[in-house]
Amino acid sequence: MAKIDLNRQEMPRQEPKVRAKNFSEVALGYSHEQAVIEANRCIQCPKRPCVEGCPVNVDIPEFIKALRENNMPEAVRALKRKNALPGVCGRVCPQETQCESVCTLQKRGAPIAIGRLERFVADWERANPQSRDLPVIQPSSGKKVAVVGSGPASLTAAADLAKMGHQVIIFEALHVAGGVLVYGIPQFRLPKEIVQNEVNYVSSLGVEIKLDQVIGKIETVDELLKNGFDAVFLGTGAGLPMFLNVPGENYGGIYSANEFLTRTNLMKAYLFPEYMTPIRVGKRVAVIGAGNVAMDSARCALRLGAEKVYVVYRRSKAEMPARHEEVENAEEEGIIFKFLTNPIRFHGNERGEVKAMDCNEMELGEPDASGRRRPVVKPGSEFTMEVDTVVIALGTTPNPLIASTTEGLKTTGHGTVVADEVTGQTVKQGVWAGGDIVTGAATVISAMGAGKRAAASIDAYLKSK
Amino acid sequence: MYKILQRQDLVPNVHLFKIEAPAVARKAQAGQFIVIRIDDKGERIPLTIADWSEKEGSVTVVFMEVGATTRELARLKTGDSVADFVGPLGLATHVEKFGTVVCVAGGVGVAVITPIARAMKQNGNKVISIMGARSKNLIFWENELRAASDQLIVTTDDGTYGRKALVTEPLKEILQGQEKVSRVIAIGPTNMMKFSALTTQPFGVKTIVSLNPIMVDGTGMCGCCRVSIAGQTKFACVDGPDFDGHQVDWDLLLNRQRVYLEEEKRSAEHCQHAHA
Repeated sequence: MAKIDLNRQEMPRQEPKVRAKNFSEVALGYSHEQAVIEANRCIQCPKRPCVEGCPVNVDIPEFIKALRENNMPEAVRALKRKNALPGVCGRVCPQETQCESVCTLQKRGAPIAIGRLERFVADWERANPQSRDLPVIQPSSGKKVAVVGSGPASLTAAADLAKMGHQVIIFEALHVAGGVLVYGIPQFRLPKEIVQNEVNYVSSLGVEIKLDQVIGKIETVDELLKNGFDAVFLGTGAGLPMFLNVPGENYGGIYSANEFLTRTNLMKAYLFPEYMTPIRVGKRVAVIGAGNVAMDSARCALRLGAEKVYVVYRRSKAEMPARHEEVENAEEEGIIFKFLTNPIRFHGNERGEVKAMDCNEMELGEPDASGRRRPVVKPGSEFTMEVDTVVIALGTTPNPLIASTTEGLKTTGHGTVVADEVTGQTVKQGVWAGGDIVTGAATVISAMGAGKRAAASIDAYLKSK
Repeated sequence: MYKILQRQDLVPNVHLFKIEAPAVARKAQAGQFIVIRIDDKGERIPLTIADWSEKEGSVTVVFMEVGATTRELARLKTGDSVADFVGPLGLATHVEKFGTVVCVAGGVGVAVITPIARAMKQNGNKVISIMGARSKNLIFWENELRAASDQLIVTTDDGTYGRKALVTEPLKEILQGQEKVSRVIAIGPTNMMKFSALTTQPFGVKTIVSLNPIMVDGTGMCGCCRVSIAGQTKFACVDGPDFDGHQVDWDLLLNRQRVYLEEEKRSAEHCQHAHA
């Protein structure tokens, strides 16, 4: 047996100083040579733990094997068998807690860079469209499925259902398909051309995408079911932003992360005035929260010209929910982290624009329900930070629009829709749900897994009907 | 794409577009709004629905040229199209039999209040409408609002037409008079709504206003349109646009409407340059 190679190939990236000033992709992708070297490190172990570690069970050893044999069309085929959006997943999946965390070489400290290889194969396919072969599409079932929303859960469900022979129509509220992939995740982490490419692929399977359709308003779920759809999949995500609910939070210059990122990414405010949607970013920006969305917001603020960007978090570095890689990227670019700090009120100027933020210093006490140590106020620690822009990135909950306009759909106290954990079936006949609308804000790949399982369950239901 | 079936110039800087949007027309109700985007580089702006025809498959909006986007919109002609037309959004105006309802419209608000007055009348209310403009040449839809009301009072700031007064003056007189007014609806520029609400407050008559903060998506996703109602933060796009005028934090609304004034100027210059 060949000696095990523990030298994981580094991802080439734009220099921090350069990339902090542009919206181009930070990670540049492996060269073909690097990809083959990395692929050759895979020992093709018989246990294949990586496949189990992937929420959509991508045939990882197969695509890696084809890659190192330089059979790129086969690598693409193996990859896309289970994953309709590899270009997205290769970029934004938290592989370090999924496939790579269970890789046999993880024990030796150098798991195969599965995500980077996935990205390489997806990018190769995009650059070589002539090699693309359409997957087998089953003969028409004569059944019609409405998919509400067009984020990762919906795109995955739609692609699978189309392949199973069902007629699928996606209803998207915004003017572009992709959901959080287009309004939330910034260009420098996930170029919009990649998303568009994946959306085009889903369309190429025969899925019709109707934009500008706010289900619950233009048509309700009950009307969809009454007007010819045999099943409905709800993949509308978690789009309702949470705020701090502290005094002064409505001053000008205080954004929800959703607004800040939507203006920047979806509406392309970074190209204002060529694109007509403005965004206002001052000199001193505070981003409240420490998840991936907070990292994205902070890094956008920097690229939009802020001088100092602070990430303000009430717990410590160890509890940050953001991916390690994103935190590292943010640190390299010069984002300043203020841990154990909690905003308690905002102050505005005479024009009603935010000018300062009062905070408490915190310390960590006993573990709370989430298992993380509860932050408690350090007595007498109040201090003021001068800021002229604030982005609140505390998380999101599902938009109540669908639940409130659909007869007989069950929701939890957090506004999430109740659905079977495996199948995604809701308590309402003919209606499935998956992704953030069920789990609350989570990851792209877990939403895709939910879309996949729901598609299988919908298929079984339609066949028995 | 959504086709402009008809463009009509109502008064200087105020235009009517009748837009082909059959699915929106099927669901539209008085008081709701749509979000429009001209083209790929355009911004999303909300416009309140002025009229609709299910039969014709059309939705009518009336807008004033105030910023870069409305000025760009005003360049479009009958037969042109807009990229996006999303709706109907927001909650419809609450209509039931109240008794006597006073509808107060300022400026472009007359277009929005007309379908509300009509719905109020259809539900058995006596509708007294007041419409005000700065000057005679800015008056439009007088006949439309008259037809939707039992009585119409027209005012101009400069006295060139109708009564020389602000809309709040006849409003106050009606409230002081014999007739019991059960509800007031006031729609127009923010200050006009604010002062209408201040006028009715001492009389304790519930006053509904249609708020017009800046929006992006219009579906409850971004929170740009947050307003403060009785000290609670609400999203105008999904919780409104109608709110109790006596509970609105008007100064907050006015401040938040002004956030992008400088950018508006830059955007307008950019557009002008592009068309030169």
